[in-house]
Amino acid sequence: MSTQDSLFDAAGPRARRRIRILTVLSLVVIACLVWAVLLRFGQAGQLAADRWAEFTQGPYLLFLLAGLGNTVAAAAASAVLALPLGLLLALGRLSSRTPLRRLSTGWIEFFRSVPLLLVVYIFVSGLPQYGINPDIFWKLVIPITLCSSAVMAEIFRAGIIALPAGQSEAGMSVGLSQSQLMRSIVLPQAVRIVVPSMVAQLVVLLKDTTLGYAVSYPELMKTSNNLTAYTNHLIQTYLIIAAVYVVTNVLISHLARYLERRMSGRPARIAQEALEVGIG
Amino acid sequence: MDQLFTTYLGDLLAGLWMTVRLTAVAFLGSLVVGTAIAACRVSPILPLRAFGRLYVELFVNIPLISLLVVVTFGLPDIGITFDLFTCAALSMILLGAAFTCEAIRTGINAVSVGQVEAARSIGLDFFGVLRFVLFPQAFRSVIQPIVNVFIGILLSSSLAGVIGVKDLTLQVSEINNEAALGLTTYLLAAVAYVVISLLAGGLGARLEQRLRVRR
Repeated sequence: MSTQDSLFDAAGPRARRRIRILTVLSLVVIACLVWAVLLRFGQAGQLAADRWAEFTQGPYLLFLLAGLGNTVAAAAASAVLALPLGLLLALGRLSSRTPLRRLSTGWIEFFRSVPLLLVVYIFVSGLPQYGINPDIFWKLVIPITLCSSAVMAEIFRAGIIALPAGQSEAGMSVGLSQSQLMRSIVLPQAVRIVVPSMVAQLVVLLKDTTLGYAVSYPELMKTSNNLTAYTNHLIQTYLIIAAVYVVTNVLISHLARYLERRMSGRPARIAQEALEVGIG
Repeated sequence: MDQLFTTYLGDLLAGLWMTVRLTAVAFLGSLVVGTAIAACRVSPILPLRAFGRLYVELFVNIPLISLLVVVTFGLPDIGITFDLFTCAALSMILLGAAFTCEAIRTGINAVSVGQVEAARSIGLDFFGVLRFVLFPQAFRSVIQPIVNVFIGILLSSSLAGVIGVKDLTLQVSEINNEAALGLTTYLLAAVAYVVISLLAGGLGARLEQRLRVRR
């Protein structure tokens, strides 16, 4: 039972009646809202079947699927690069060597408080001035990697800190060196702890790839934009694409929650402040 | 470098002002709407609870650019048009509110059940429990998450540039398309973002310190 559920008494007859009335009332209001939206669509002629049916046709689907493929490619590449980088940064920040610790801390704090789009623009129009001009795919993936490595580092660090001190103490007492301790005692457990948070972080990565829209990397968002230039069915396309993102992300976050539930019982709670707010 | 300060300083400052304005509007709007959604989510009225849950699930998971595009380029199809700033602010509020709601709910649930039960057992009614026991404690533990929401909104305000709102990030990019000024402008903008984030973080920490229970 959580606190929010203990706020109310078991309702008596009068409260029950009031709740019933409010329930009906709120249902009516919600129904009215839905009806108003549909009416608006209908009046503008946007509910016509042919405006929606085209998304069941092969060529359109294939066109969008290609975009989805590019989205997945960018997200996967960023994840594969950001994970090890984040782990190294976390170890750096926890290291006892001062320069290394300062460098990692500075890196993490900088990339956590700079907008991803700014970093993308640095790669798109800043660095080419110095002759650094990689493929557009990398101009998107490298900034995402840089920014999310900072977040992942914080998650790894939280996982390492969350381990009971007895673990490292036991390791030291049997004479393990610092690096042996990390390799065979701390990391294997810390990594297990952070798996749910890392999976949840995939949602943020997937959202980040939509910045491809700003720099014309043909991921799902940009592809749908190209499609509307051809079909001119703007609201249908954009709503469907939004739905695709929402469904995908809901599935990923449910997987994360499932993993977290499975691990509960272990010290699976990670300091809340490490969890980044992935607006964007 | 000289050109930066003679020709483009005004543009940069205008961009910074736009970013600050957009962030402020979106953050305040998110607080209001987010609190309302959180109230829905803890209320005993089932449809409202379901609505709150659906709202959060939807807007936590939609990418901001996707929502921006729907609001800016999609809604005119059904005859609803706003100016660009409103489009950006509206989208950011819709998203920010979902994250604010979650932060507030986490705060409520961080107060232990025993506190609420004890308050009820000494005869406080629903609003009494909220006012004297729950909110004072929940508010403290919610400051840090709310600061994180603020920083998230600040960083996401850069995406408003995608629909043509001339915020700091877009200004910097346009200046560099016009006159190649190297990395200086980018670093200036980055510093501005870092400073605002640090200020928000510092303010939150001070507030938390001041409100801490001295036992």
